[in-house]
Parts: sequence; C-alpha cells; structure tokens
Amino acid sequence: MAYFWTIVALVVVLALCWRYLGSYMAGVFDGRVHFLRWAERPVYRLLSVDPEAEQPWTRYAGALVVFSGVAILLTYAIQRLQGSLPFNPQHLGAVTPALAWNTAVSFVSNTNWQNYAGETTMSYFTQMTALTVQQFVSAAVGILVAIALVRGFARRGSPTIGNFWVDLTRCVLYVLLPIAFVFGIVFVGEGAVQTLAGPLSIHDFLNGTTQVVARGPVGFMEAIKQLGTNGGGFFNANGAHPFEDPTGLTNFLSYALILSIPVALTYTFGKMVGNRRQGAAILATMALFFGTWLAFTSYAEHQPNPAVAAAHAVAQPQGNMVGKEVRFGPMPTTLYNVSSTQTSTGSVAGANDSLNPMGGFGMLTGMMLGEVSPGGTGSGLYTMLLFAIVTVFIGGLMVGRTPEYLGKKIQAREVKLASFGVLVMPLVVLVLTGIAVSLHAGRAGPGNAGPHAFTEILYAFTSQANNNGSAFAGLSGDTAFYNVLGGLAMLLGRFAVMIPCLALAGTLAAKKPVAESQGTFRTDTPLFVGLLAGVVLIVGGLTFFPAVSLGPIAEQLSKGFF
Amino acid sequence: MAAPTTTPQSSSPAPSVPRGVAQRRSLFDPGILKTAVVGAFAKLSPRDQVKNPVMFVVLVGTVVTFVEAVAHPTLFSWSIAVWLLLTVVFANFAEAMAEGRGRAQADTLRRMRAETEARRLGPDASEERVAASALKKGDLVVCEAGDAIPSDGDIVEGIASVDESAITGESAPVIRESGGDRSAVTGGTKVLSDRIVVRITAERGHTFIDRMISLVEGANRQKTPNEIALTILLAALTIVFLPVVVVLQPFGHYAGILNGTRGTVDIVTLVALLVCLIPTTIGALLSAIGIAGMDRLVQRNVLAMSGRAVEAAGDVQTLLLDKTGTITLGNRMASRFIPLGGASEQDVAEAAQLSSLADETPEGRSVVVLAKEKFGIRERDLHEEHTFVPFSAATRMSGIDVGGRRVRKGAAEAVRNWARALGGNVPDGFDEVVGEVARSGSTPLVVADGPRVLGVIELKDVVKEGIRERFENLRAVGIRTVMITGDNPLTAAAIAQEAGVDDFLAEATPERKMELIRAEQAGGKLVAMMGDGTNDAPALAQADVGVAMNTGTTAAKEAGNMVDLDSNPTKLIDVVEVGKQLLITRGALTTFSIANDVAKYFAIIPALFVATYPQLKALNIMGLHSADSAVLSAVIFNALVIIALIPLALRGVKWRPSGAGAILRRNVLLYGVGGLVVPFVFIKLIDLFLTATGWY
Repeated sequence: MAYFWTIVALVVVLALCWRYLGSYMAGVFDGRVHFLRWAERPVYRLLSVDPEAEQPWTRYAGALVVFSGVAILLTYAIQRLQGSLPFNPQHLGAVTPALAWNTAVSFVSNTNWQNYAGETTMSYFTQMTALTVQQFVSAAVGILVAIALVRGFARRGSPTIGNFWVDLTRCVLYVLLPIAFVFGIVFVGEGAVQTLAGPLSIHDFLNGTTQVVARGPVGFMEAIKQLGTNGGGFFNANGAHPFEDPTGLTNFLSYALILSIPVALTYTFGKMVGNRRQGAAILATMALFFGTWLAFTSYAEHQPNPAVAAAHAVAQPQGNMVGKEVRFGPMPTTLYNVSSTQTSTGSVAGANDSLNPMGGFGMLTGMMLGEVSPGGTGSGLYTMLLFAIVTVFIGGLMVGRTPEYLGKKIQAREVKLASFGVLVMPLVVLVLTGIAVSLHAGRAGPGNAGPHAFTEILYAFTSQANNNGSAFAGLSGDTAFYNVLGGLAMLLGRFAVMIPCLALAGTLAAKKPVAESQGTFRTDTPLFVGLLAGVVLIVGGLTFFPAVSLGPIAEQLSKGFF
Repeated sequence: MAAPTTTPQSSSPAPSVPRGVAQRRSLFDPGILKTAVVGAFAKLSPRDQVKNPVMFVVLVGTVVTFVEAVAHPTLFSWSIAVWLLLTVVFANFAEAMAEGRGRAQADTLRRMRAETEARRLGPDASEERVAASALKKGDLVVCEAGDAIPSDGDIVEGIASVDESAITGESAPVIRESGGDRSAVTGGTKVLSDRIVVRITAERGHTFIDRMISLVEGANRQKTPNEIALTILLAALTIVFLPVVVVLQPFGHYAGILNGTRGTVDIVTLVALLVCLIPTTIGALLSAIGIAGMDRLVQRNVLAMSGRAVEAAGDVQTLLLDKTGTITLGNRMASRFIPLGGASEQDVAEAAQLSSLADETPEGRSVVVLAKEKFGIRERDLHEEHTFVPFSAATRMSGIDVGGRRVRKGAAEAVRNWARALGGNVPDGFDEVVGEVARSGSTPLVVADGPRVLGVIELKDVVKEGIRERFENLRAVGIRTVMITGDNPLTAAAIAQEAGVDDFLAEATPERKMELIRAEQAGGKLVAMMGDGTNDAPALAQADVGVAMNTGTTAAKEAGNMVDLDSNPTKLIDVVEVGKQLLITRGALTTFSIANDVAKYFAIIPALFVATYPQLKALNIMGLHSADSAVLSAVIFNALVIIALIPLALRGVKWRPSGAGAILRRNVLLYGVGGLVVPFVFIKLIDLFLTATGWY
C-alpha cells in the first residue's frame, strides 16, 4: 500500500513539474524570464559574447563541441593533478590516465559511469570542481540540444537556432542552480553529509578495531546528481549509502528530481511549438514505456531469487532481497533503479547485478530503447523527437502525403539525420560488445560465468553508449581496456547523436511550415502515441533481440519460464 | 498473403475510360511476363544491383553463401544459396514487370513516329519536301488533308480538323485553328481536312511523343524526393542490421566459450538472417512502385513530365478548378419559363421557341428542347415570310420577325428597353423575377412579343452529376477546392454553393488567379490547377501541380508539369488520387517489410543458438521442425512475399478518400499488424510443407 501511495504522490509531483517547471523553462529559453539579468551580464562579458547575436546550427554545434572538449581536458587535468591540489584530506594521489579519461568523458557526457570508488579515489576538490561542476553543465548541454531542436520546429524560415553561450548560462542560472540549491539544503537537512573535514576514524574499544567513516561534500552533489540525471554518486555504493540517500523523503525526492526535468521538457516542447497536445503526446509515449517497464521489473523483483530458493536458505516473502538496501526493500529499490535507468541517470539504490534475470532484463532493455522514457535531461526529449521524425515519415507516407511533423516537411535530409541519430547507439553498443567478447582483455572483465557474464559486458556498453552510467556491477571495469573503450562509447553515444540533432534543428528552423489540413497526419493523438511507441519498440527490439537472447533471456530460460 | 493481394483491380472511381495509348493491360499479360522473366536475370549484373543498396547486400550475401556451399556442400547451404539468388531474381522481376508494362505503351507510341515527310515552306513561300527529322524549331510546314503533322507546333495560318486518336484515343476529330487557345498540334497526328501552316516548336527527339515514350518506359527515371528519403531510411536500416548480424559471430563464439560447448555460428545462417532482416520486400518493390505510379497516370490519359510532379499531386491542399467544363456542364440550359403580367407559361414557351428557331447556340437549342418537353411545341416550318434577327453584341438580343410579330429574347435590360421603345409597359414583378433568377446562379433571358413582355427564361448552369460527392471526398482528405469563374460574384456564389466547393474566385482574370495561387502558397499550401490558354501559362508554371489540357496552347503545355490528353478538367482529382496512392503504397510496404522481421527473428534466433543454449528452444514459438528447416522457411517466405506483393505494388494499395486518421488506422492495421502476423502463419506453413515433402 505504501508503494502505491508513493507512486500516486510521484505522479502528482510530476504533473505539477510538467505544468509549471515546463512552462517556466519555455519562458527561460524564449527569453521572457529575466530576473537574474544582473548575474548573466558578467558571464557574457567574461566570455565576450553578444547575448543578442544568434548562431546558425554549425556555430552552435561548434561551440558545444569546443565547450565539451575543454571540459573533458579540465576534468582530466584536475584528476591527474589532484595530489597537488587543495581539499584533499586523504592525500589521494593522481588518478590513473585511463581511469581519468574514462571519468572525464563520463561526467562531461552526462553518463557518470564510475569505474572507481569515489571515497577512495577522488579528492574533495576533484569531486567538487571537476565532477559536480560537470553535473551541472553536462545536464545543461543536454537540455540545450533539446531546446535547439524544439526551436527548429517552432521557428519559420530562420537561419539561426539560438546562442549556445547564452542558452548555457541561462539554463544553469535559471533552472539548474536554484533547484539544486533548494533541494541540496533538504538533502543536507535530512542527513546527507556536507563537510570538507575529511573522513572520521572511530575507535571501537570493545573490539579493538578502528572504523573509518568516509565523509565529504555530499549533500549538494546529491541534488544535482539526480536533478541533472547524472547519477554519479560521491560514494561507491551510490544511493544505497545512507549519507547519500538518508531517509524515505530523500529517496522519494531522488526519483522525483530525476524525472522532473525530462518530464517537464515535454511541456516546454509543446508550449514552444504552440501546441501543448504535441508535448502531451510525447509524454504519453514516455509514460507508456516507463509504466510498462516499472510494472514488469517490479513483478520480476517480487519473485524469489532463484539462487536463494535453490539453496532453501530463507523464505522470500518480499521477493528478491539480494543486493537490496534493507531500509527500502525490493519495491522502492525497483522504483528508484527503474527511474534512474530510464532517465540515463544511472544512480542505484541496490545492486543491479543481483536482480533476478528478468529484473536485469528490465533494466537493460529500458536503456536499449534509447533512453526515451523519459530519458536524460534533454537527451530523452531529443532522442524521442528523432524517433518521432522516423515515425512521422513512415506514418505520413501511409496517409499519402509528403510526411510533415509540426508543419515541417520531413524529407531526405531529415530522414538521414534522424535515422543516423537513432541508429548510432545500437551500432556503438553492438560493435564494442563484439570487440570486448572477442578479446582476452574484454573476456577478463566479467565476474560471473554463463550468460550472466555476457550480460555484464553488454550492460556496460549499453549503459555507457546511452550515457546512462548505471552499472550492472560484477564487471571489473577499471582496466585500461574497459576505460578506453567505455570512454569511446560514451563520447559517440553523446555527441554522435547531439550533432545530427543540431543539424536537424538547423534545417528545420530554415524551413517554412506547411499548412495543416484534414489530410495531415496528426501527431497529437493516441494513434500517434501508439505508432511512436511501436517504432521505438521495433527499432530497439530488432537491433537488440539477438544480443538479449544470449544474455538475460538465456539465463532466465535456463531456470525455467518466467 | 491473403490481405494485400486481394486488393481489387482499381481503387478509385475512374470516370475516364482508358483508350489509345492508355490501354489497361492485364497484370498477367503473357508478353510482358515473358520479357520480365528474361529481364529478371539480365538485371543480375552488379552494375544494375548497386543502384539498390538493399538488394545489393542480398546479392553479396548470395555470393558468400554460394562460396560457402561449394566449400561445405550440404543440402541446407545449397537450398539457402538458391533461395537467396531467387530473392534477387524476384526483385528484378518486379522491376522488369513494371518496366515491361511501360514499354508496351511506349511501343504503341513509337509506331506513330514512323518517318514522315514534311512540306517545308521557304522564305519565298516555296515548298520543299524534307524528312521530318530534318526540321528545325521555327520552320514553317504546310499540312493538307491526309498529311501527318511532322512534329509539334503551333498553327499560324488556317483551320483544320485533326485526328488525334493516336494520342488521346478519341476517335472524333478535333478542330485546330490559328490564334487563340486551340492552335497547338502534336506531331504524329493527322490532318483530316483543310490546309494549315504550322510553325514547328519541337525538334525530333524532343517532341511530345518522344517525351511520352521516355516517360512511360521509365528510361532515365529520376528518383522522386520521397523515394530518395525512403531509400535513405532503407539504407540506414540495412547498415544497422549488418553489424547486428555480424556481431552474432563473436557473441555466439563467446557464448560457446562460456558454456563450454564451443558451439560456433554458421555463416550461412547468419547471411540468411541478414537477408531476412534487411527490408528486402520494400527494397525489391520500390522502383516498381514508382514506375507503376507513372503507368497508372498514363492509363488515365495524363502525362506527368516528372515523377516529382506526381508526388507533389499527393500533397496538394488547394485545387483550383475552372467552373465551366469542370464543375458545370459547359453550357447553360433553359430550365424554366416564368410568365409575367397576364401571359401564361405556354405563351412564354411558344414565343421563346419561336425566337430560338434560328439560334444554333447550345443555349438556343436548349430553349427549343425545353419547349418541346414541356408543352409539346414542335419545330415548325415557317410558311409565312420571316426574317431572323441574329444576336449582336450591340443589341444583346435575337429573335424573329414573322407575320407582323416581332419576337425577341435577350438580356433583361436590352429587351425591356426595346419593349418600352415600342410603347410597351414593363409588367409587375419584372425586376423581382429577374433578380431572383440571377441570384440563384442562373441567367435570366427576357422574352417579348413586340411591346408585350411575356416572361423570363431561366438559363441554368447545370452542375455536373456526382461532382458534389467528389468535392466531399476531397474535403475529407483535406483538399480545399476553389472554383474559378468569370461570372459575377452573385452567380458564382450560387453555383459554388450548389456544387459544394469551399471557395470561389469570381470575375477571375489571369492576374487574379496568379495572386490567388501566390497567396495560397504563402500560407504553406501546395496548389494544383488546370488550364489551357496562353494566359494561363504563368499560373500553370506558378502552381505546384499544373495540368495543361492537350487541346491547349503550346505555351500552356510547356508551363505545366502534366498534360491531360482527354482535356477533361475533372482529371485533376484523379491526378491527386494517383499521387496519394503512390506514397501510401510505399509507406504500407515499408511498414509491412519491417513488421515481418519479428517473426523471422523467432524463426532464426533459436535455430542459430540452440546448440549453445538448448533452453532457447523455448523461443521457437512457431514449433518449427528443425533449425535448418526454420531458417530455410524464413528465407523462402522472404523471397516469395516479393512475388506475392508485385500485383499490389503495380496497382497501388487501395485508397478511399477519408481523413488522415482513418487512412492511417486502416493501413497500420492491415500492413503493420498484418505484417506482424502474416509471416508467422506462412513460415509455419512453409515449414510444414518442407517437412511433409521430406525435404527435411
């Protein structure tokens, strides 16, 4: 019953976010909200940017690439130099080059895949200036690309799609910083630690041992970790650590924050293109997947763990408790983990590796659909819009007209860019997994045998190429091989989708809209929602079915039917 | 393949009976079938195949399989190799069929192009006989009764009746005369009477018939924008399925290691999986659909100058239609006699008939006909002395002077003034009746017998039967119809309402037509129009789809991007339908093709890995006999479905005018859901057949 009410409360909170945060963001990106102008101006002066000058998509994309490139270098440099930098009470040395590369790409690409344990690898300085800063700006960059694409649909015959620097500044100042600040205080208030005082050593005189309790600037990082769908936690245990997710309230806030921006952006989209029903249709499609996957995974985790059952060790009335935080149990953990895998957040409240095979299947396939339910900040919306373009193209042909979406004709160039954007992720996942399973270095990774080993590798690349960052665990990822290849997966999964999106924004913005009529294929109806969901499912299913059948499906079937 | 292939012959109400070049050929014309079979093998050359990325991948896969079959000969590998080859051959066959149908039409046309002699006029008006092929643009030639017109041109002098049946199929000769909108003649047609001088406007190789030939043959066919976009999508799918299948080799190998079974993945099965997954069905039929679309237009006696124009026709949102000939029958007809003053209806009819006896205009004839129908007033021989008074623009009336009676009919104003001048009075209600008739969209003609005004003849613009339903259909698919007329706004409004058009442009001039097209286009709409006159040329060029009538001037024909051989303005509606059908066929077959993949996965994936993971047998939900039979069944299905869908590709999917939502729902159900289910059934059946016949 508590689980039910949790979900009801979540839906209510998200509905409010959708309506008000969504509308607010439209105001921010349409330039109608100004109350922080005093803070914007110095930033523009520093960057020597003319806030009135807009950019064509090429320059917008150029700025994005330069900004992200510099961010990778900076994040890499801070990790390598942390030994000589302040706020390092544990005197942690330089991070190894391969791991520093992987981590730099990981945080800049909003993936937050962590091949390290935060408390024993990263200094406070690194956590704050390298990782947390990227949690803000990488989330902002994702939102920007989505907004640029939305502007492509909203504008008529415009050569420009906005100004990257202005959008970035406004996104951080007006959206991310205020929300993260408020909820950072809540997290700290609930007991998430926020200190620079270093770890605490506690002497247990009774047993004569010393326990070291890791601490650090956790609370505020926690807020942006969820809000920006980053997922990179301070501690290795991530959300399962009581200092990260101390109470039921923070647990609830976690998934609410994770889902807030991706959900609200669909409203922003509808408002900016001048038809809220369009945004609602996109949201409905996302919700359809989220609901189905949540129900499926919840059911899977409600089943007893097969290994425990085989050992007749304990009764499992609550379902699979293996790898779960006892404070939460299977259901809230599932809600947390599903929320985070379906939003490319990747934070976890329990170990994915210990999920039942079909629970793991739920996590894995949730990502394989391209992170659109509702996906990461911005990335969820822009990926879904790419799918929508493909859907409109096929569906539009079937009504006997040159397909159009929101009045913009979908022609050769749009189809080229959208199908590239949609198909790059499966391509990266499959090819890199293929390489990993062919090489000794790759085969050395998994900690298990049988199909589960294959799932671990497949999960790692799926998570990274989708910029999710959730770890199945069980895979020794901190090797030169996985660090380098994983970094590549994250880079391609992020920028090989973003750039076609911006190119699309450019061509769409330049187009003049076609008038709507009875003969127009409507994109704000349940029929469209069904079709869009079908296309997402078919693309994901057709590209990943063979791979998944060798992983979780083979594993489940070896234990009998689900 | 129950659902798609049972689509009936023709999908839309085609009012024009195809004739002439536009012969409707049976799908199974033996001549075409024979050449198509030969063509299917001739097209196997890689040079042809590389144009179609999807089928090229199949060809490469076939070669790989044959090599593998030679290296490790098994019944399975040879069966797969042969069926893969057949897949390519079937695709070629589809294209060859479509081309063959076009070529058959082209041959009919080519016969007309037989070498003719022309009588060229020199600058000094001397005649010399030259070969038609030697004519240059601007040359003047003389054609007399019995001569074939050597090339396209405009008549600069004279009038002649011309037999154009070769291109239009219409056996009645048509009149062509210099000046005006009926001056264009087509090379290959025949002069039946009189003498004309023609200025040549197109040289050999560039004439109308030459263009027709290359169009229907599909020679140097340019891909249309939507076709290009679809090809990109298909190529993208093909590209992504390539790694999906290729990585199964290392995946399977690794699974074998993990499992300790060291199972390997069979190359032939992988190729089979790849071919089954890539969208071969639509890939194989795509060009056939395009060629067949052109073919269907030609069957309706419309020639599109490019495939692009046909596609644009499907997108049209505003249709500009001339009132006369399209919406109304060309002529106004007398429909009512309205008596005024003390006269009876019969009086009016009698006087009207009398005044119209010499009136050979269709309006005049219709008065005589109506009088006969209503009151049995027969044509009479006038024994008395009489004089017919012909219509003139100055008097605006016509009539007869017989036995002291002076009967006149004509424009209300003119007849009233004439009667008054003779000392007559205008009866009560005159202005009301005249005004009422005009408001209803008809033309009032007033009849007077000397000073006595008898009444009014209502000349009605008769709206064509069934036109209202056609406009309703168009409205359902979101096309706005605009009636163009030279009438005054009052009359125009009445007819527009009766015909059920959405809007009208009254007192239209070429400039106002142009303005209207520009305004619609500025609102993001695609506009189609039909025209024949030289003054229509700019508007035809400006419209997204401009259909010129074949009877029209050369200027009009060159400005438009389609020519209607029947010169039937209602044709515009057919053109829109063909355009839509073309796109729908492509979309439906793409959906079908992709939806098919699901079943094929369930056939092949268990077969591929069951040696490594026996538990994957559970995925064999069709209960196929063995791994080999499962793969072979999927490949056979994949090949046969191409053949099964050829008729659908050539005829186009069924299209009923309705809103986008209804069309989409129907097609998604039929081709999407159908595409999911159908292969499950047929793969199972093929598997049963293979098992029953002892193949496996």
